[in-house]
Amino acid sequence: MLYYLLRRLLMAVPVMFLIALIVFLILRLTPGDPAQAIAGDQAGPEQIAAIRDSLGLDAPLTVQFFTWIGNMLQGDFGYSLISRRPVLEMIGQRIGPTLALATVAMILTVVISLPLGVVAARRHGQFVDRLVMSLSVLGFSVPIFVIGYVLIGIFAVHLEWFPVQGYKPLSEGLWPFLHRIFLPGLALSSIYIALVSRMTRAAMLEVLGEDYIRTARAKGLSEWVILFRHALRNAAIPILTVVGTGFAMMISGVVVTETVFNIPGLGRLVVDAVLARDYPLIQTIILLTAGTYVVINLLIDLSYALTDPRIRYQ
Amino acid sequence: MTIPGLRALGWAAIAAGLFQAGPASAETELNVVMQAPLRTLDPHLSTAQIVRTHGFMVFDTLLGMDAEYKPQPQMADYEISDDGLTYTFTLRDGLTWHDGSPVTAEDCVASLKRWADNDAAGRKMMEYVASIEPSSDKVLVLTLAKPFGHVLELLAKPSPVPPFMMPKRLAETPPGEQVEEMTGSGPFRFVAEEYRPGDRAVYVRNEDYQPRSEPASWTAGGKVVNVDKVVWQAMPDMQTSINALQSGDVDLIEQVAIDLLPLLQMNDEVQIGTINPLGSQVTGRFNHRLPPFDNADIRRAAMYALDQEQLMQTAVGDPEYYTLCASDYGCEVPLASDAGSEYLAGSADERMAKAQELLQSAGYDGTPVLMMQPTDLTILSTQPIVAAERLREAGFTVDVASMDWATLQSRKNGWQPVAEGGWNMLFTYWGVTGIWDPLVHALLDGSGDDNAWSGWPVSPEIEALRADYLVATDLDEQKRLAAEIQQIAYDQGFYYNAGEFQSVAAWRNEISEIQPGPITLFWGVQKSE
Amino acid sequence: MTAPVTPEIPHRRLAGNLPHWTIVLSLLVLAAIVAMAVAAPQLANFEPTELNAVMRLQAGSETYWLGTDSFGRDLYSRIVYGARVSLLVGAGVAAGAIVIGLPLGLLAGWFRGFDAVIMRVMDGMMAIPGILLAIAIVALTKAGLVTVIIAIMLPEIPQVVRLVRSRVLAARAESYVEAAQLLGTPAPRLITRHLLPATVAPLIVQATYIYASAILTEAALSFLGVGIGTEIPTWGNIMAEGRLYFAMRPWLVFWPAIVLSLCILSINLLGDALRDRLDPKMKGRDE
Repeated sequence: MLYYLLRRLLMAVPVMFLIALIVFLILRLTPGDPAQAIAGDQAGPEQIAAIRDSLGLDAPLTVQFFTWIGNMLQGDFGYSLISRRPVLEMIGQRIGPTLALATVAMILTVVISLPLGVVAARRHGQFVDRLVMSLSVLGFSVPIFVIGYVLIGIFAVHLEWFPVQGYKPLSEGLWPFLHRIFLPGLALSSIYIALVSRMTRAAMLEVLGEDYIRTARAKGLSEWVILFRHALRNAAIPILTVVGTGFAMMISGVVVTETVFNIPGLGRLVVDAVLARDYPLIQTIILLTAGTYVVINLLIDLSYALTDPRIRYQ
Repeated sequence: MTIPGLRALGWAAIAAGLFQAGPASAETELNVVMQAPLRTLDPHLSTAQIVRTHGFMVFDTLLGMDAEYKPQPQMADYEISDDGLTYTFTLRDGLTWHDGSPVTAEDCVASLKRWADNDAAGRKMMEYVASIEPSSDKVLVLTLAKPFGHVLELLAKPSPVPPFMMPKRLAETPPGEQVEEMTGSGPFRFVAEEYRPGDRAVYVRNEDYQPRSEPASWTAGGKVVNVDKVVWQAMPDMQTSINALQSGDVDLIEQVAIDLLPLLQMNDEVQIGTINPLGSQVTGRFNHRLPPFDNADIRRAAMYALDQEQLMQTAVGDPEYYTLCASDYGCEVPLASDAGSEYLAGSADERMAKAQELLQSAGYDGTPVLMMQPTDLTILSTQPIVAAERLREAGFTVDVASMDWATLQSRKNGWQPVAEGGWNMLFTYWGVTGIWDPLVHALLDGSGDDNAWSGWPVSPEIEALRADYLVATDLDEQKRLAAEIQQIAYDQGFYYNAGEFQSVAAWRNEISEIQPGPITLFWGVQKSE
Repeated sequence: MTAPVTPEIPHRRLAGNLPHWTIVLSLLVLAAIVAMAVAAPQLANFEPTELNAVMRLQAGSETYWLGTDSFGRDLYSRIVYGARVSLLVGAGVAAGAIVIGLPLGLLAGWFRGFDAVIMRVMDGMMAIPGILLAIAIVALTKAGLVTVIIAIMLPEIPQVVRLVRSRVLAARAESYVEAAQLLGTPAPRLITRHLLPATVAPLIVQATYIYASAILTEAALSFLGVGIGTEIPTWGNIMAEGRLYFAMRPWLVFWPAIVLSLCILSINLLGDALRDRLDPKMKGRDE
């Protein structure tokens, strides 16, 4: 187990290096000039040139790349070219809202989609099943910003149940936090709810046909105990897999949701950084999300062992 | 909109002398959605309006400009020698930096030099300056080598880079590097711990600030702060901002999309109005170094083809908030002129006929016009599309190249052929405060110099007239020169003046006494509970 | 190095119970949208770029069936023309991802030497969030049709490679492939005759999902201001431009949203149906 973990971690090293290289090259081989972003559109060429000089962007690319990697290995992620703040500090300021949003979306997903999937499987082929399945396809098919606008239109503007925008950290109280994060969390979770409820249903259908479920039924266990205790537990692996691979999808949702609901998170930070050519910031954020992806999937692989004793690692 | 009157004077006196203890009531906090996110802080290095607005919060200037366009004492009083060559500035009492140390003449000299390095008009002025030296802790002397008529205007100018004062140690930051420490002497202190670049900036009232006793007028007079805290937020979505204003989450939106005003007009808790009476000019710039716009006849044909009203209507909508005029210096400023208006006269159809005729006789060979269009800047995303349609109708071949604003800005700096990433035409806009005379107007630079602002027109006549303007002190003389320059700029097709639009702000009823100014100013403003 | 020890996922029949009529309906909707794209010049009432500053933001009328946008352009005509780009983006991305992903997947599945290298690169590409990569590529180069297609396509490639590879690995274990191998069939022949066919069905299904998600991603890019320029109408950029006026003229967003969602819904339903028919053992889009 430990050996497996180590091996997986080692395998992640070249992957991360490759990501760093890809991102670096894409950013540096394309036009755009952070000095211009600092100087503003009315500045003349002389002023822009002076700023560019001070940013050290004229060094050869290979030098810049290895300096960057070297510094990172020493824990120095550099400074934003635009705001001159440490990149990690800027990310630190923005990561809270994003994590909160993602967590709430995940909780909503689990709370909504597991019962939906289980019920659909239980009522296999009946009206409820078809309804759940149709709605879930809809979840895949409507852009997240449209869902966001519809939610704002109905629940915030018309019914006034929720604030229309903004974010309050948990430190300002549970209620203000939840009150503001609920709608964006729901918007973000829409695609997941669709995905996970389908997956739950499918996995449950599979499991419900197994012998031990029939045995449990024969033993006279209550239907809910069978469904949620026995069947769901054994259907956990495919569901977990979806959660892991869905991470990439969530990033895309986060960027859009943060814009619609005005949440000062990482998604907006990275879009702004790209538009201003803030290279160190873009690079670090992409590496960070990529690293998170790698770790999440590793954790999920490990969790297979916990949920399914049949799996062994070489 | 209210104009400050005697009340401001009263407040100034109170604040200046008696009440240093701060308000007895609960803290008043002004929440504002600014027109752009604040990402950089150095107001000398950036020409962006948001950084300038930030500059006026934290920093102060030697002179201010009042609503009559007159330079007035702000940090310093001034005297001019009889020969007009020596300017003596005496700092007023009670000026301190936010770190508590006193403001000295030495600090101001260093700041002026740094400003002049970074501002095109400032650099121009330095060509005429023999020296700027401190003569005591409180006095600095600027000596001209030859006559220059605009020292005071430049030191008071609010745009695009105002001469902000900062401590010497900050002013000596190497060229091109940003000043990161926000220690100024202005009426607000910057709260560095709460700054989130691109998202949020927080200012608190500077309790040590001693406002002048005169009533506030633009950037001149007493800067009396009546709120404890000002919080700037950026909201990327205009709809979200409006929702936030209506629900009371924010108090003021600096710039509302005109098309959305009807939403706010229905709400009686919200008022709308114009803070900056001068507005902004939209400009269509030709690249004079590349065909087809290296030919003056073809540039003129393009000018005939374009239509101010159509451009403004599409970009702004409500005619109440735009002005059509020929004046390159702004429609309502002292130097405003209608020279060259023949290029805009007549109906759109008549001008189109002229354009088609002129284009043909100029021997246009079908060279495509590469028009740059920003996708992420709403105020400038429509003009290139509208212009492209008109130009095509006139007989031009036009390629619209869509790109984000950052790409557009860096691409505009190069003059290589279009196939290698060059461009033929772009639209930008300029606050009228930044173009209101031939000295500061970047698009009227006829030097053709590589270091001039993009477009690089060449006109020795204009350069000669601009040199005359630099030494002209008499307003009538200045007006005559400005009009002549404008006429030549039209005849030679320097750029297309696409009209002027107003920025409209919206605020909740609790907010009052918003000061009109060349930018959004936060002194004077009151917020009731 | 062996394949990751991802356990076998029980097969699912996601759409096994979808009634026939949904499939028929999806086909009809898709046919209508394709027809709309092909016959756009005949169907549209105006040129999609024809401006009329005086007629901005009009409500629906006899002249402007669905009203006009902020340039005074006819919304209906733009949506009709928008079908072209959306379908083109979907097709370009799906085709490109398969053309690049298929050979890589075959190589990785068959030749152990390539496997490690290819799969590590693919892991790296998968770990970079697709939208961020796409934003970077589009924003930093040029917001044209081809750039957008490439930017959306790149993140889809690893999915295709992994799918093909897993199919090849499964096929290798089949006795007929082992037999052919023992008989000394040359690798290229083996691949084209025995392995390639095993990948066709899942690829067709995968292609429908890539198609649908590409259209959505294009819309998201336009929404964030880094999509295709407004001179070429796409459902995404129509919505993005309309969103400023959402509170006053919500139909500027809703009309393209409805067409877009219908289109994607149909493609997804069709994909589910195809999966049932062609490939009942397919493990799914989500691995």
